[in-house]
Amino acid sequence: MSDSGTTPEERRSPLDAVHRAAGASFTDFAGWQMPVRYSSDLAEHRAVREHAGLFDLSHMAEISLIGPDSAAALDSALAGKLSAIAVGQAKYSLLLAEDGGIIDDLVVYRTGEDRFLVVANASNREVVAAELVARASGFETFVSDESDDIALVALQGPDARAVLLETPGFGVEGPGNDQEDFDLAIAELKYYRSFPATFEGEPVLVARTGYTGEDGFELYLAPEQAPKLWAALAETGGPRVVPCGLASRDTLRLEAGMPLYGHELGRGILPVQAGLGRVVSLAKEGDFVGRAAIERGPADGAPVLVGLTAEGRRAPRAGYEVYDGASADARRIGEITSGALSPTLGHPIAMAFVAPELAEPGTVLHVDVRGTRIPATVVALPFYTRAA
Amino acid sequence: MTDVTALQYTEEHEWVKVEGDTAVIGITDYAAEKLGDVVYVDLPAAGTAVTAGTVVGEIESTKSVGELFAPIDGEVVEANQAVIDSPELVNSDPFGEGWLIKVKAPELPTLMTHAEYRAFVGE
Repeated sequence: MSDSGTTPEERRSPLDAVHRAAGASFTDFAGWQMPVRYSSDLAEHRAVREHAGLFDLSHMAEISLIGPDSAAALDSALAGKLSAIAVGQAKYSLLLAEDGGIIDDLVVYRTGEDRFLVVANASNREVVAAELVARASGFETFVSDESDDIALVALQGPDARAVLLETPGFGVEGPGNDQEDFDLAIAELKYYRSFPATFEGEPVLVARTGYTGEDGFELYLAPEQAPKLWAALAETGGPRVVPCGLASRDTLRLEAGMPLYGHELGRGILPVQAGLGRVVSLAKEGDFVGRAAIERGPADGAPVLVGLTAEGRRAPRAGYEVYDGASADARRIGEITSGALSPTLGHPIAMAFVAPELAEPGTVLHVDVRGTRIPATVVALPFYTRAA
Repeated sequence: MTDVTALQYTEEHEWVKVEGDTAVIGITDYAAEKLGDVVYVDLPAAGTAVTAGTVVGEIESTKSVGELFAPIDGEVVEANQAVIDSPELVNSDPFGEGWLIKVKAPELPTLMTHAEYRAFVGE
């Protein structure tokens, strides 16, 4: 036990009172007290797949870059070519270390010709902000950690769009600014795009992004506006909108084959090992942090990320060992990074780093589930894709 | 409805109901809530001898795995097939249809009372 003098301050979301009133159970996540579930994580998971779920993601970190060199600074700081995206576009990217290891995964929104919003994991807020400040020095851009001034509410699921359009109070930023303009902007908003909107006259960045494998929206706004927005979406949605905790968010992203920092991604992992080679733009001109290491590639035999499915109901879980056979002398060839009994598919699913020669889909491996070896088959990711 | 004040409780968040020479065992609402949605239970078969304090089964939720401890020495006379088939009964009715095993015991236990257990979990 650490003494109380060194215990970090417990952070609470601007929606904390709303969650407590709703009877949520809480979990500590990167020093934040966040809802893990409201009543049933399976019901919350199902709501997102079938209707819509409302998530409080205010713990996530937002770092802005403003200035004429912002795009050039990000090209040099991140793995992707951010200068290539248009205003209103978003891009999934990685912050790499010099040795090519993953410091964090990010979603970067281009919100203006000279400005970007970088969204990072809560647990990596300080390191991402510090790295961006350091890497942007020499560029004409101002890096600012806005995390304390930005709340994030996500509305995800097949009914998300309809609920967003029915919810009163939205407009677009600028002249006009009424519901009709907002409806038009939503109608034109493609996946991984955003636009500056208003809610009750206050700015909100509306983005068609998410981490669930469903269509949906992420809404960035001032913390003091968040409770009103949450209430409006919940009230308008009625039974179509279920508040969802982090437990369902984890099973949703796992089914969608999306990596989670600290599980599938980390400092000792090169993007290509995690199946994220496409996120690194080796074609972009100029140097970026990690480039030389990425060009060298991982060591021979470095493990690679695979999807695994099994029968029955016992799920492989993070940390469980993976073997090349069921016998006692089988070789240990990998480790589970995430796993669950898939609520949508009804069978166990997992992701694991395994020896590259055993990563072909169809390969049967064995997972040690608390002393029992269960067979699991390598499959291509994702496990779940929504119907078009 | 089960009268929860008539049950006995353990520090492993299990409840025990004495019926003649048999103890019915389940997990408490507190434990079920902490686990989240139960999706799989692994229970000892009838005839299995169990020793107090040892792990005899597993209760698995979407998020985690809980262990079932034998609260007493004895022999399992029945595992709840309804819960094996529908693990969600542990959440929906932890003190009733969500019971887990029945153990025939030579000596029935004296464990925590309901009031003592509530104090133990800080309620």
